[in-house]
Amino acid sequence: MNTATEPIIWLTIFVLAVFVGVEVISKVSSTLHTPLMSGANAIHGVILIGAILVAGAAQSTPILVLGLIAVILASINMVGGFVVTDRMLVMFSRPRRSLEKQERRELDR
Amino acid sequence: MTLAWAQLGYLAAAVCFIVALKGLSSPKTARRGNLIGAAGAVLACVIVFLVSDLNHLLPILAAIAAGTAIGVLGAYRVQMTQMPQLVALFNGVGGGAAAIVAIIELAELAEGSAPVFDLIATAFTIVVGSISFAGSIVTFLKLQELMTTRPIVFAGYPILYALGLLAAAGFSVGLVVVPSLLFAVLLAAVGAGLGVLLVLPVGGADVPIVISLLNAFTGLTVAASGYLLGNILLLVAGTLVGSAGTLLTRLMAVAMGRSVINILFGALKGGSTLGATTISDRPVKSAGPSDVAILLAYAQRVIIVPGYGLAVAQAQHTLRQLVDLLIERGIEVDYAIHPVAGRMPGHMNVLLAEAQVPYEQLKEMDEIDGEFKQADVVLVVGANDVVNPAAETTPGAPIYGMPILHANQARQVVFMKRSMRPGFAGIENELLYEPSTTLLFGDAKDTMSKLLAELKALTV
Repeated sequence: MNTATEPIIWLTIFVLAVFVGVEVISKVSSTLHTPLMSGANAIHGVILIGAILVAGAAQSTPILVLGLIAVILASINMVGGFVVTDRMLVMFSRPRRSLEKQERRELDR
Repeated sequence: MTLAWAQLGYLAAAVCFIVALKGLSSPKTARRGNLIGAAGAVLACVIVFLVSDLNHLLPILAAIAAGTAIGVLGAYRVQMTQMPQLVALFNGVGGGAAAIVAIIELAELAEGSAPVFDLIATAFTIVVGSISFAGSIVTFLKLQELMTTRPIVFAGYPILYALGLLAAAGFSVGLVVVPSLLFAVLLAAVGAGLGVLLVLPVGGADVPIVISLLNAFTGLTVAASGYLLGNILLLVAGTLVGSAGTLLTRLMAVAMGRSVINILFGALKGGSTLGATTISDRPVKSAGPSDVAILLAYAQRVIIVPGYGLAVAQAQHTLRQLVDLLIERGIEVDYAIHPVAGRMPGHMNVLLAEAQVPYEQLKEMDEIDGEFKQADVVLVVGANDVVNPAAETTPGAPIYGMPILHANQARQVVFMKRSMRPGFAGIENELLYEPSTTLLFGDAKDTMSKLLAELKALTV
């Protein structure tokens, strides 16, 4: 492969991914806007990979420190993002009965 | 060159992300979708550790552990009412991480002769990552009400904004011509300034749209840093979030009846000068819980309009018990969910789902708006702007053009309010002064409990 075509390949992937991103969420109902935003937010937390790569290649202490800060920030984004999205979505699916039981138990006390 | 099996692993992770986004757009598959996304992310991280020749392994693992602990703690500690600002913070730190990665890459690139495309991607990541970081912090401050929620515009704002954009363009060109750390730091500073300027003129009610926009921005910076690092997964994942996030921003704006441009720059035209934070002393009709209980008990059709105030007071559980009691007595009750009830589209659904309100009782705006005419009583709990007729009658009001719930068409409207303070958008609600409107003052939870007790005591 010659060097001139490589950026073109990246551009191709980019453009195709743009269309996939638009297509895949085009039918979302407004009920799910909030969890969807939160989930998408978690996905861009994969910048963690980039942060790990640059921190792992650091040659000097200042660069390493900077890289580690990036790793911390990216992990907060990724892990926190997926966990909070899950917390939101659990509430949509939890069966109603369990709460009624819980309330009865509280009344009994 | 990365190993072939590692590339295949990245491909699998990218597919996970696509499936995750697809799953997240339907209620039944949403939770599974999110978990698939998380699985993809974990897979990608494992691959990085296996195939890359990494130094400083221990500090990196410690940093991941620290970040994970902070993220999990934040995610579990947050009240559901404060969730939008948490998402904003998570998004901001992601943008910050991308900017730092680009700055470090530049430090490496600066030593050799770097390809122009790489330098452009670096400049882009630093500027947009910084915008996302600083902008998200400001949205957090606004939503947490640590600063005013009203749009902030000052004389010379457009000039400052233009100067900021020019400086960003200038420093970007500078960085491409002379790849030095100096330009990188200048770019980061200008980006942060632009991020602050971007969010300042946005009114509190519109802030969630901006979070979604900044989310898309961060996605694009991740894509650019993927190009920079030669990592296809980052490119694909970042691009997916960038394009899906952009569409989502538009969908949210449409749900609110606004345009994105209007949200970002509307305040600059001086459109939001209307509105007051002062408390009006015009006469209103107020009543006690016992009067409202009688109103409800003799109604046949009741519609509840819940708002953010309901969730702040943690009254959603009591409200559900009240509704259950009404339904038991043969009264038809539904919840009318405005797309932006709560702080952002879908937020109220999350809050009511937390209180175990059955999904079928939640009616979206289009579905229920025509039924207000037949309603005997509309109970507005902690909502204000979403039933404010000014959205249709007062051009120039900050919420003008936003679709509203026509609670004013019902026979009786009962407002449960803490005080006469205006809603989040900061404008007065004419509906409060209508003859058909009754106000029930007090803390939503407290009043709701009293109302429930009165209703139980009433035997019809």
